[in-house]
Amino acid sequence: MSDAASAHHPKDLAHHFESYEQQKQSSLLGMWAFLAQEVMFFSGLFVCYVVYRGMYPEAWALGSQELDWKLGALNTVVLLISSFTMVYAVVGAQRGNRKMIVWGLILTILFGGIFLGVKVVEYSGKWEHHLVPGPHFEWHGDPAAGKEVEMFFGLYFVMTGMHALHMVVGIGIMLVMIPLAWRGKWTKNNYNFVEGFGLYWHFVDLVWIFLFPFLYLLALAGGGGGH
Amino acid sequence: MSMPPSNMSPSAEAASSQAGTTRSGLAEAARPPREHYLNAGYGIKSWLLTTDHKRIGILYLLSVTFFFAIGGLYATAIRLELLTPQGDLFQPDTYNRVFTMHGVMMIFFFLIPSIPAVMGNFLLPLMIGAKDVAFPKLNLASWYMYMIGAGFTMWSLMHGGVDTGWTFYTPFSSTYSNTYTTATALGIFINGFSSIFTGVNFIVTIHRMRAPGLTWFRLPLFVWAHYATSLIQVLATPVLAITLVLLFLERAFRIGFFDPAIGGDPVLFQHLFWFYSHPAVYIMILPSLGVISEIIAAFTRKAIFGYKFVAFASIAIAVFGFLVWGHHMFVSGESAYSALVFSVLTMLIAVPSAVKVFNWMATIYRGSIEYSTPMFYALGFMGLFVIGGLTGLMLGTLGIDVHLHDTYFVVAHFHYIMVGGAVMGYMGALHFWWPKITGRLYSGFFSHLSALLVFLGFNLTFFPQFVLGYMGMPRRYHVYPEEFQVLHVLSTAGASILAVGYAIPLFYFLYSLKYGAYAGRNPWGAVGLEWQTTSPPPLHNFHEMPVVDFEAYEYKEAPVAERQPYRVVKYGL
Amino acid sequence: MNFDLFDFPIFPEQASTLASSVDALYFFALAISAFFSLLIAVVLFIFFVKYRRQRTGEVGEPIHGSLALEVTWSIIPLIITMVLFGWGAKVFLEIVTPPENAREYFATGKQWMWKIQHPEGNREINELHVPTGVPIKMTLTSEDVIHSFYIPAFRVKRDVLPGRYTTLWFEATKPGTYHLFCAEYCGAEHSQMIGKVVVMEPDDYQTWLAGGKAKSPIAAGEELFAQYACTTCHLEKGSGRGPWLGGIAGETVALVGGGSAVRDDNYLRESIMLPTAKLVAGYDPLMPTFQGQISEEGVMQLIAYIKSLDSEPSAEGSED
Repeated sequence: MSDAASAHHPKDLAHHFESYEQQKQSSLLGMWAFLAQEVMFFSGLFVCYVVYRGMYPEAWALGSQELDWKLGALNTVVLLISSFTMVYAVVGAQRGNRKMIVWGLILTILFGGIFLGVKVVEYSGKWEHHLVPGPHFEWHGDPAAGKEVEMFFGLYFVMTGMHALHMVVGIGIMLVMIPLAWRGKWTKNNYNFVEGFGLYWHFVDLVWIFLFPFLYLLALAGGGGGH
Repeated sequence: MSMPPSNMSPSAEAASSQAGTTRSGLAEAARPPREHYLNAGYGIKSWLLTTDHKRIGILYLLSVTFFFAIGGLYATAIRLELLTPQGDLFQPDTYNRVFTMHGVMMIFFFLIPSIPAVMGNFLLPLMIGAKDVAFPKLNLASWYMYMIGAGFTMWSLMHGGVDTGWTFYTPFSSTYSNTYTTATALGIFINGFSSIFTGVNFIVTIHRMRAPGLTWFRLPLFVWAHYATSLIQVLATPVLAITLVLLFLERAFRIGFFDPAIGGDPVLFQHLFWFYSHPAVYIMILPSLGVISEIIAAFTRKAIFGYKFVAFASIAIAVFGFLVWGHHMFVSGESAYSALVFSVLTMLIAVPSAVKVFNWMATIYRGSIEYSTPMFYALGFMGLFVIGGLTGLMLGTLGIDVHLHDTYFVVAHFHYIMVGGAVMGYMGALHFWWPKITGRLYSGFFSHLSALLVFLGFNLTFFPQFVLGYMGMPRRYHVYPEEFQVLHVLSTAGASILAVGYAIPLFYFLYSLKYGAYAGRNPWGAVGLEWQTTSPPPLHNFHEMPVVDFEAYEYKEAPVAERQPYRVVKYGL
Repeated sequence: MNFDLFDFPIFPEQASTLASSVDALYFFALAISAFFSLLIAVVLFIFFVKYRRQRTGEVGEPIHGSLALEVTWSIIPLIITMVLFGWGAKVFLEIVTPPENAREYFATGKQWMWKIQHPEGNREINELHVPTGVPIKMTLTSEDVIHSFYIPAFRVKRDVLPGRYTTLWFEATKPGTYHLFCAEYCGAEHSQMIGKVVVMEPDDYQTWLAGGKAKSPIAAGEELFAQYACTTCHLEKGSGRGPWLGGIAGETVALVGGGSAVRDDNYLRESIMLPTAKLVAGYDPLMPTFQGQISEEGVMQLIAYIKSLDSEPSAEGSED
């Protein structure tokens, strides 16, 4: 009977699973399926980017020149480091080491925070230069390209904004995870949540690896157009 | 843990004889199980906070029924307005809101969740011998997402609705419409999470939660169909989500994503929209195909002919479904070359659909057919699905589509697939598994009557629309030239019959909850794990975890007692 | 109310050269559909009666499948659909390829009317008069949202998009009055965005044309060309700051920053509205945008004028 079964069902094994292995494999597959969904979500944006870049190559080059590739590169490094600290947390979970999880998460939050901080600096710079699309937008370069440059910045803000939103959500989840980890919520047998979250964080990192060249390095790659 | 081998027939027989074959036998022997999921907890909290896939299925059942009714009211309004060529019932912009809300309600809040979220939720774990879906909390979250999304949509509905058509074509939706587009789009965006969560849950559940011995090729075809559906839900829905985000941003901040006046490309919107919304058609119809396989097997007492072909046909339809979106845009401004490619791919998707129909027919051949309500629905489904599919081929044929695009021919075609296909399948499923869900049997006479009315009413409603379409009647017209009136009157007459057909089940299903005879484990004498447990099933589905040592649809000269339980109830009414 | 219940049309008139080829294909597809629907219905009915359950506990015969049958009923639908595709593609290419000698008409859609301009300059609203026996190419655009130009009796339809040109062609065969519909939902009065197509014998058409005094689009375009000071830069012999525009229509031209473009109507339109989008190599981005300053009809007239110019003055051959 189910009641009898639950009597010797371990606490860290959910009632509907038969074994730790089944629970772990379910958790990971679920995460991968979710990430597949995320890939499609960002794909929609990349399709728009590619289509409009094909339509307005000049404006894309002009817009890209307004972005600071050094800040973008800095953020790439920061995010890569945060992926390492995330791995540290996951390894800690594997070993059942609470301290490692907590420190790993704290460092990940720290580097994620730095990334977002740099992003805030960049965004506010864009606001000051009237490069945020909408009524505030002003373009002082080639007036005929203004509308198209505005579109570039529209996509820039949506793409990096959606990426930043994923980071904010991630940091929010980590803030909840830290006390849970400290109280020993995750065991050697079941640290699936930590591992799944690690996958999520790496995915967010990966999205940035695509965003950085698409948006920042476009101008350096000789996007053309005298300016 | 394990059940003895070859338990199948004896247990089914035991279940059946427990239920009894006659009225007196029934009253005597069939008692509801003492413990089941419905009495495992009481009170509103035990429902709203439940993680039991069966209760979540019920929550979905109630919600989708509600939104089906709302969508149906809008449909009634449309048909009434179109009785006469003049616009005498509504103002033009009211009419536009009515057909938009009809589409939004029916597609996003009824059809897409209908079979997967109600039947799939209830049945998948039962069919594969699991205690629950892989992520029960996520499952509950999906229902909440659905309700929140529905809340936003209902809010915009109460404030006057949206007039963009459910397709939200830009730049009309992004620049010109001054109705509550944003709230509705937000509702659909949130509802998308519900669909994604369900999809993720089902994929993992089917991969990881199958009972020992239940190999992929022993799975019921219902499960295969849901696997294919889930793939689409997970991979297509996010594209709609991001498209709606861009639409929202264009509306709010005038960033030119899709409006050419500010640099955008309206055809790109259509590509992104149909990249979701064409596969979404398969989210609606694939689960129905799975249901029909189950019903036909159970009521012919026969293995599905060409099991593997039917299973892989589902996967093939899901995969091809991602490659044919451009056939919605043959006259919309895509190049002639892409039109050719999309047309040929559209033709290819007809093949797996045809394979399914032929395999069902071969299954029925030399079967032992029981005349029952679910089987009538399955039969009706096959007829309507064939017509819907063949007219779909006509629309996929480039030379004809130029003339037929955006006419009533298209309206008729997709209603044959969506209502004639998906809803017939949903009704069939409801009638097939109702005894499992509630433990009760429903009226035979009235359910036969309603199935007949639905079939006749449906054909009378939508067949004239094919004729109208070839005549050139464009869709979404509030007033129309007088020569179309007779066909519109026929269509409205059919719709009234259809409405009665859909209303009747509401009464006999509710009646059965209190007065219906107890169903017993297996009232139909069907094989499949879900029929081995009690009805309604216990909280964790099985008293002993099943082990599967039999193939799918293994009907060996089973001496299962023959009975047509609804007859018994008929006398009771 | 006074209509005969059995006297309503169930088939549209055939009034263009395309109509009969579309209808032939339609009837072929209809015949196939009817054949398979009936076949399946009859077989199902027979099975349903013949194999109904005879006794308690009966089960169906254990038949599990047949590869030969599966292959058969995969191949046959495949062949049929490929035939449909091939024939459909042939008719489609006929529909989307206007004949070389087609006369050019313009139509602009806006919420909620059709504005039509004849090559002779006559203008109409929600009416289109055309002669029989002459292939006519409509160039279509929209001033606001997406519309769709649909004449059921001709079996032609084409979406009308803002910001670009689409085309459609037909050759009317039968004098009469036919429906013109907007087929793409476009807002409140969508169902009132209708009109009539009046097909006339060529002589009658000439009489009709003479009734309306009009300036041809080329003449109107020439006036606009001067009015908007295009003549300041687009001088003869390539001597101005902009290229000479004679004889360029349909040419392929090299662009600033690499790449090339075909100078079709859509290119010309874009070059007026967004001059820097595809700049011809060798020229500076000096031209201002005319977006929002010239009406869609005006742009069409300008293009008609540009296309009427001779290529002869281009001595330097600065652009090719």
